[in-house]
Amino acid sequence: MTEPKVLILRTAGTNCDAETDTAFQFAGAETALVHIQNLISGKVNLSDSHILAIPGGFSYGDDISAGILLAVEMKHKLTDALNQFVAAGKLVIGICNGFQVLVRTGLLPGVSTSNNGTSEMTQRATLAMNTSAKFECRWVDLETQRSPCVFTKDIKPSVYLPVAHAEGRFTAPVDVLAELEANNQVVFRYADSEYPKNPNGSDADIAGICDTTGRIFGMMPHPERFLTKWNHPRWTRSAQTQDTTTEEGDGLAIFKNAVNYAKANLL
Amino acid sequence: MSNTVNEINILNADDAELMRISREGTLSLNLNEMKTIQTHFGALGRNPTDVEIETIAQTWSEHCVHKTFKSIIRYSEDGKEPEQIDGLFPTYIQRATEDIDKPWCVSVFSDNAGIIEFDETFNLVFKVETHNHPSAIEPYGGAGTGIGGVIRDALGTGLGAKPILNTDVFCFGMPDMPYTELPKGTLHPKRVFKGVVAGVRDYGNRMGIPTANGAILFDSRYTANPLVFCGNVGLIPRNRCEKSVEPGDLVVAVGGQTGRDGIHGATFSSAELDDTSESLGSVVQIGNPIMEKKIVDALLQARDRNLYRSITDCGAGGFSSAVGEMGEHIGAEVHLERVSLKYDGLAPWEIWLSEAQERMVIAVPPENLSELVAICEAEFVEATVLGTFTDTHRLQVFYEGAIVADLEMEFLHNGLPKPVKSAVWQPPMHPEMPSRDEETKNYTDDLKRLLASPNIASKESVIRQYDHGVQGGVVINPLVGVANDGPSDACVITPVLGSRKGVIIANGINPKYSDVDPYLSAASAIDEALRNIVAVGGTIEKTALLDNFCWGNPDKPDRLGELVRAAKACYDIATAYGTPFISGKDSLYNEYRDTTTGEQRAIPSTLLISAICVISDIRNAVTMDVKAPDNLIYVVGNTYAELGGSHYFGIHGFIGNNAPVVRPDAAKRTMDRLSSAIDSGWVRSCHDCSEGGIGVAAAEMAFAGGYGMRLNLDNVPTGDETDADDYLLFSESNSRFIVEIEPQYRDAYETHIAGVPIGCLGTVTEAPEFVITGKAGHPIVETSIDVLKSAWQTPLHS
Repeated sequence: MTEPKVLILRTAGTNCDAETDTAFQFAGAETALVHIQNLISGKVNLSDSHILAIPGGFSYGDDISAGILLAVEMKHKLTDALNQFVAAGKLVIGICNGFQVLVRTGLLPGVSTSNNGTSEMTQRATLAMNTSAKFECRWVDLETQRSPCVFTKDIKPSVYLPVAHAEGRFTAPVDVLAELEANNQVVFRYADSEYPKNPNGSDADIAGICDTTGRIFGMMPHPERFLTKWNHPRWTRSAQTQDTTTEEGDGLAIFKNAVNYAKANLL
Repeated sequence: MSNTVNEINILNADDAELMRISREGTLSLNLNEMKTIQTHFGALGRNPTDVEIETIAQTWSEHCVHKTFKSIIRYSEDGKEPEQIDGLFPTYIQRATEDIDKPWCVSVFSDNAGIIEFDETFNLVFKVETHNHPSAIEPYGGAGTGIGGVIRDALGTGLGAKPILNTDVFCFGMPDMPYTELPKGTLHPKRVFKGVVAGVRDYGNRMGIPTANGAILFDSRYTANPLVFCGNVGLIPRNRCEKSVEPGDLVVAVGGQTGRDGIHGATFSSAELDDTSESLGSVVQIGNPIMEKKIVDALLQARDRNLYRSITDCGAGGFSSAVGEMGEHIGAEVHLERVSLKYDGLAPWEIWLSEAQERMVIAVPPENLSELVAICEAEFVEATVLGTFTDTHRLQVFYEGAIVADLEMEFLHNGLPKPVKSAVWQPPMHPEMPSRDEETKNYTDDLKRLLASPNIASKESVIRQYDHGVQGGVVINPLVGVANDGPSDACVITPVLGSRKGVIIANGINPKYSDVDPYLSAASAIDEALRNIVAVGGTIEKTALLDNFCWGNPDKPDRLGELVRAAKACYDIATAYGTPFISGKDSLYNEYRDTTTGEQRAIPSTLLISAICVISDIRNAVTMDVKAPDNLIYVVGNTYAELGGSHYFGIHGFIGNNAPVVRPDAAKRTMDRLSSAIDSGWVRSCHDCSEGGIGVAAAEMAFAGGYGMRLNLDNVPTGDETDADDYLLFSESNSRFIVEIEPQYRDAYETHIAGVPIGCLGTVTEAPEFVITGKAGHPIVETSIDVLKSAWQTPLHS
C-alpha cells in the first residue's frame, strides 16, 4: 500500500464531495465517498482510512443551524470510531459546512488545554450568520499564520481562495479566542478586517483553525475550488496576478500536505 | 374533499354547461375541446370520472402540449398575401434544426432536454423553462420550484444527467414603481425581485449547482406578470442517452411524498392572471432542495448500474403526465392507494394530479427492484411501486381495487383537436427621435444615466448570493476584471475537472425591440446570445440554441401575429448562422386582467435565446476587462443608425422605429474571423457591444479592467451615412464587438480579420480617464472610470 486512503463523508445535502474527491486524487490519494449511514451501520470502517474529509454543502439542509444535525449524528453515533481515529494520529479536514460540523462536534478548536482531566467533546466556538446577513460567494485573500497545522506546512504566506456561505462568522468567548492565539491554532486569517475582505465579520478575521496537534483542521474558504490556475477569477490577467511557473492553484497544496503527511507518518 | 370518485356529467350538457364545467374545474379547456371529450365518451356510452377529465385537461393543456405552437394559423401581415402556417413549431423551429443538421446534435425536442456531444465519454443536456405564474403569486416558492423543476428535467433526460450549471433570467416591473400605481392583487416588483432571487438562491445553492449565468430585465409591463426563466445544464454518459419502456416494467415513484400542493399548476399556467389569482395558493408548489439532492445522489447510482430503462420527472400534471407520457406507446396501470402521501384526505384525482415537488418516475424491470430499493434506502429516499407498464395501450388508474380511470392512450395523446387560430401583424409607427447633436456637445451625463439604468446597472448584489463556484469547474466567472466585479459576457466551465474541454453558456434577450418588430427582437436575441459566446472564446460552429417564448394571450390575433414574426426570425437567423435549436418551451397567456375595470395588460413579447457552446481548450478563453495601458481598442462590425427600442432612446422617452437588423452573411464572417483571432491569442479582451452601444461597452471594459481609455468616434465603421455622435455612441446595431489588441499584434490581427469592418478607436490609458472625441474633434464624453463605475454600481446595490 503506497497511497493514503481518504474517506470523504457524505450525507443528505453534502454537495462539495465530488470536487473534494478530485482534489485528493490530484494530490495522490486513494479516495472513497462514503455515506454516513455506511459508517453507522458498520459497512465501512473509519479506521481503514488515514484522512477523514467533511466537505461543504448544506448537510440536512442546515436545518436548525449550519452543520448541527450532522455534528450531533457524528458525535453520538460515531463516538468511538471518531475518538479512535483522532487518537491514532490521523487527519481530519472540514471545509465550509465541514468546518461548521467540526466546530459543532467540539473537535475544533478541541478540548481545552486549561481543563485537563476531561476529554469530552463540547462546542466552544461557533460559525454564526454573516454580518452581511446573506449568502455570499466571493474570492478572498488569506494570510497564512504560524501554526502546527499539517495541512498548511510550507504553503505560501498569502493564499487566494473563494468563500461561499451564509454562516461563516467565526466567533467564540474571549478566553477561547485567547487560547487559540496562545496555542497558534489560527491557521488562516482574512487579509483585512473590513467587509468584504473579511466576508463574514469573523472575530480576529479567523478563516480557519486547527486543534493543538495540527491534525484536525477546518476552514470556511474552499481550497478544492482552486486546483488549477484556470480557476483563478483573474487568470486571463495572468501576468499581473499569478505565478506563471506553475499550473497549480493555491488550494491544491493543502491536499498534498495531507497526503504527504499521511505517507510519512501513517502508512 | 372525500376519497371518492365523482362522475362528471357531460353527456347531456349543452355548450354553456360544458364551459361551466371547464371553468369551475380550472380545466382551461375550450368549447371545442370539451365537445371532443363529450363525443368521445358519448361513443363509450358513459360519463367520464373526475380522474379522467382531469387527466385529459392536464395532457391537453397549453403548458403540456403547446397547442398554440402546433395549431394551424391563418396569418396576415400588412400589405402581404395572407398565408396559412401549419404549426409554428414544425415550420420554424424544428425545421431549422433539421435543415442545419449538425452531427453533434444527439437528441432534439424529443426528451425532457436537448442533448449535444461533449467529449469521448460525455454528452451535455440543456433545458430552460419558465415558472412565471407561480412566481407572480408566491415569488420565493414559485422561483425555487422553477429551478427545482428544470433540474429534474436534466435528471429526467436520457437515463439521467448530473446537473452541473444553472442559468436564470428574470423580468420584473420597475423596482421604483410607486405603490399607488400597483395593479390590484399584484405584488410590488421589489418584493417579487427579492423573493425570486431568494428562491433561486436557496434552491440552487442547496443543490450544489453553480449559478453562473443570467440576466435581469425591468419593464413596467412585467409588474403583474413577472418572468422567471430557469435553466439547467447536465452532464450525461454517452451510453445513457436513450430510454425505452417495456410491458412488465414496474412504474416506480422515487422521491418526495404527495400532497395537495400544486394541483392544477399546468392548467392554471395556461390561463391569464387576474386580480383574484393571488388567493390561489394551492396551485404553487412547495420546494425541498435537499430531497431533490438525495434523489440525484440515488438515481445517478442506479443509472450507472443500469437498474431502470426510462425516467421522467413529475412536473406539470404530476403522475398523470409522467406515467401517461412514459406509457404512451404501450399502456400503464397505476394503483393510487400505493402513493406515499404527506397527509390523508386526498381524493384520487388529487393524488393523480398533484404537482408536489421532487418526484421522479422510473420504469424498472422487476428483477432490478430490490437493488434499486436498496440504493434508495441507503440515501434515505422513498421508492414506491405504483403499478406496471402494460401492453393494453390504455391508461388505467385504480384506487382501492376500483378502476377510476380507463383511457385510450391514442385519444389521450392524439385526440386533441388541432386548433385553427388567426394572427395579424401591423408594423407600429412611433415618434422618431432625432440626434441631439444640435442641442448638446456633451454626452457624459447620457452615458452615466445609461450605466445607471436598471437594465444595464451592475447585478453584483444578486450574483454574489448565488454560489457560482461549487463543483469546482468554473473558469470564467459571471464577475470578472481587476476587482472581480465587471460584467462577463458569458460563463465558461470545465465539467470534467482536470480536462481542458469547456462549455460556454450565454443568453440573448431584447424585449424592447418587440415594440418595433418582434422579428427584429428575436433575430437580435439570437445574435446577442452568439456574440456573448464568441466574446469569451467560443465559435458559432459549435453552438446550439434554446428558445423560450413568453407571450401574451395567443387567442388574440395581434399577440399571435407577434409570435409568428418572432418564429419566422428564429428560422431565418438560426439557419443563416447554422446554429440549431435543441430544446425550447413557451409560456403564453402572460396577461393580467383587472376584473373590476376590465383593463387588460400583456407583457412585451419576450423571447429568451440561451446558447451552449463546446470549446476544446479553455486556456484560450478571454474576458471583457481591459488588460494593459497602451493596448489598442477596436470596434468590430458596422454601426448603423439603429436606435429603435434602444436604451438611449428609452432614457429620453422614445421608442423609435429602426430597431437593430441582423445581417447574417456579414455577421457570420465577423464572428468566425473574430473567433479565430481570439483562438490565435491576439485578443486581450473582448466585449459584446449591445445595450447602450459602443459607449456603454467601452466604459464597462475600462472600469472592469481598472484603466482609462481615450477614444475617437472618427474611425467607427458604419454601414450607412450615420455620423451623428450620439447615434454612433449609443446605437445598438447587432454583430459588433469591442476588442483590445496589444500593439505588437496589430498587423497580425488586422491582416487576419481583413474583410470585416473594423475601426481602431484609440488606446487604453494608465490614467483612470475616460474620454471620447466626437466627429467634430471635441471631447463629447469626458470623465473618469471611477465616476462611471460608481454610476453603474450604485442603483441595485441595496
